[in-house]
Amino acid sequence: MIVEAGHFALTLALALSLLQCALPFWGARKGDATLMGVGDSAALGQLLFVGLAFAGLAYAHMTSDFSVVNVAENSNSALPPIYKFAGVWGNHEGSMLLWSLILALFGALVATTGAGLPRRLRADALAVQGLIGAAFLAFLLFTSDPFARLSPAPFEGRDLNPILQDPGLAIHPPLLYVGYVGFSIVFSFAAAALIEGRIDAAWARFVRPYTLVAWGFLTLGIAMGSYWAYYTLGWGGFWFWDPVENASLMPWLAGTAFLHSVAVMEKRDALKVWTIFLAILAFSFSLLGTFLVRSGVLTSVHAFASDPTRGVVILAILGAFIAGSLSLFAWRAPLLKQGGIFAPISREGALVANNLFLTSACAAVLVGTLYPLALEQITGAKISVGAPFFNASAGVLGLATTFLTPFGFSLAWKRGDLLGVAQRLSVALAGGAATLVALLAISNGGPVLAPIAAALAVFVMLGSLAEAIARAFRGGAGLGSALHRLLGLPLSFWGGAMAHFGVGVVLLGLSATGFGAEAIVAMRPGQPVEVGPYRVTYERLLPRPGPNYAEVAARMKVTLDGADVVTLEPARRNFGARKMSTSQAGIATLHLGQLYISISDPAADGTLPARLYWKPLVTLIWLGALLMAFGGAVSLADRRLRIGAPIRAKAPAGTAAA
Amino acid sequence: MTRKQFRLVFIAGALGVIGVSVGLMLYALRGSVALFLSPSEIVEKAVKPGARLRIGGLVSKGSTDKTASRLAFTVSDGAHEIGVDCVGACYGGIPDLFREGQGVVAEGVLEPSGRLQADQILAKHDERYMPREVVEALKKQGRWQESQ
Repeated sequence: MIVEAGHFALTLALALSLLQCALPFWGARKGDATLMGVGDSAALGQLLFVGLAFAGLAYAHMTSDFSVVNVAENSNSALPPIYKFAGVWGNHEGSMLLWSLILALFGALVATTGAGLPRRLRADALAVQGLIGAAFLAFLLFTSDPFARLSPAPFEGRDLNPILQDPGLAIHPPLLYVGYVGFSIVFSFAAAALIEGRIDAAWARFVRPYTLVAWGFLTLGIAMGSYWAYYTLGWGGFWFWDPVENASLMPWLAGTAFLHSVAVMEKRDALKVWTIFLAILAFSFSLLGTFLVRSGVLTSVHAFASDPTRGVVILAILGAFIAGSLSLFAWRAPLLKQGGIFAPISREGALVANNLFLTSACAAVLVGTLYPLALEQITGAKISVGAPFFNASAGVLGLATTFLTPFGFSLAWKRGDLLGVAQRLSVALAGGAATLVALLAISNGGPVLAPIAAALAVFVMLGSLAEAIARAFRGGAGLGSALHRLLGLPLSFWGGAMAHFGVGVVLLGLSATGFGAEAIVAMRPGQPVEVGPYRVTYERLLPRPGPNYAEVAARMKVTLDGADVVTLEPARRNFGARKMSTSQAGIATLHLGQLYISISDPAADGTLPARLYWKPLVTLIWLGALLMAFGGAVSLADRRLRIGAPIRAKAPAGTAAA
Repeated sequence: MTRKQFRLVFIAGALGVIGVSVGLMLYALRGSVALFLSPSEIVEKAVKPGARLRIGGLVSKGSTDKTASRLAFTVSDGAHEIGVDCVGACYGGIPDLFREGQGVVAEGVLEPSGRLQADQILAKHDERYMPREVVEALKKQGRWQESQ
């Protein structure tokens, strides 16, 4: 009954999304406030009904109702409750339902927080958001019904894919989807601006908070996914340039570029057409990512439920939205008034360079991801493009962007002074250079990329702090007043500084992989193995029963110079319901680095094949990403950026203009 | 600065960056592209040693020979077989789902001996799954049943 109610709620949501699309749009053309107001209530209603549908499916999963196909194929009565719940989105239908839920959530967010927005802009944006919602809800109902029944109902479900039975499943997809789908609202605002034929600095101020939310969550989602793959796939890699990873990286690159160009538009009223284009691009990449992940057209190392036949429908939705928005762009963009001009050496100039590099990196990732697909369609030859391609193209462009970051952050708007900036960054430059020299001396003829990346990382980290210090001590202020000024710097400034510092932290973590150690050996009980500075001794096997699997763990004692450090228990798990096994790596975090041990099934002669890695500073990769997202949150907390703020600030005359 | 000059600087800069990135991509495409072939295609086309390849098929039953640092097996598409050696980084990355009789994709360099020196082995993490390329290689040999 609840399942049918869920299905009915989804149908109602589709109807509401169609209303949300048509009525506000019509109202905005007619100047009818009532019709425009329908957008708000329809958006809230859509969230309510998609939420009810989601709750219905979650109920079926939690109660193990195997008469529902989706539950029977992807769940099992022996699953722990957390995986029964997370299993809701651990399959094609459920994950598309989560997609629609988050889409509706962002629509409702505009309806509730958009009181300060111009009425027509809000109505048009909600109409576009409604159109996207309608497309995906129709896709769900007509091709991927999560509520389809099965008769007769089986006694037991097929179980959730064991690889997905991990806390990562509960966290990673929702985070990633909030990021991915969050760019829909930026897209809707861009389309609304094009429909209006008008865009100004206020528009940039309206969309910036939503962009920050989407960007922050996407950053977290990618980092979380990378960490999940790192500890679950068992060979210590955290980024494989896999099509599915690239699918999430492309919207991130385009979104990061957008976040920077929208800042130029907000402060300087320039780069309007380009910013609109980036907004369209970011969401197009989100759609492309959904298509790549869901259709399975490219072979990935990650576990996904995919279905080529339904992928075609997503491709059609993708094509319609990209073609539609680009046509709208071509038709309406010439109407937008041109913005101001600026000297090439200025913050605007640096941000334009940032945008060029980021979009070029994005294009390189796109080429590497889709080239095999295109070549196969055209010539029939099947190829694959490996990591070296991405490292040499997108990687190099990424490093170039990183090098420019502190310069852009320190340059003044409109007309900058490169010499002055170089002076301000002198400590950072010296720090980077010192790091480079020191590391080159240590590695002595080894690979040069790791020292270069580490030097860049130090430069970016110091450079992000340099601007804050320079601002505090401007005009030879004393220590006391400098501290006071430091605290008085706007939150959006601190957010930027933190995010840029985070980029440096990530890069430092990445560069440290060049200084790690690994050992792939058959371990014998009592025989120690050296990896990095540590000595690992395999003691014995420990069989352990789990809720829906049988586990065999290996006890490993880790010592450093004879002193006990930690005991690790890497394990193998055998899942009965699907007859497959997974490995659980044993990981110890030691001074920001990690000791990582992964085992295979024990051999008949009593030896245990194991892979041991010492990864210095590896946690910085994810800590840096956390810092970046936190910087986004701090920036979001800045009162001046809140949507209603410019209106409230109008009361004391003239202060808002700053 | 007039708008005309502004546009000129802007376009010149953009072309510069785009030129550099296209150059980087073309440079990077050499040497990191692997052609996907089935064992039969390797035998029939007499592929030269040294070529970078991805081969796909089923792991032949009884062909795996695993020691502490080396994995050897043969990949078959029903008509022909190619031996694969997997050591070092490849050995470290053998997926959990690697199993005899299952689909596999191996990427590496073809040795003069006719064996593939693999540096990566892919097997999808789902027992129902078969890499798309493997399905097509098997279909060509008429060894594929839709029920599989």
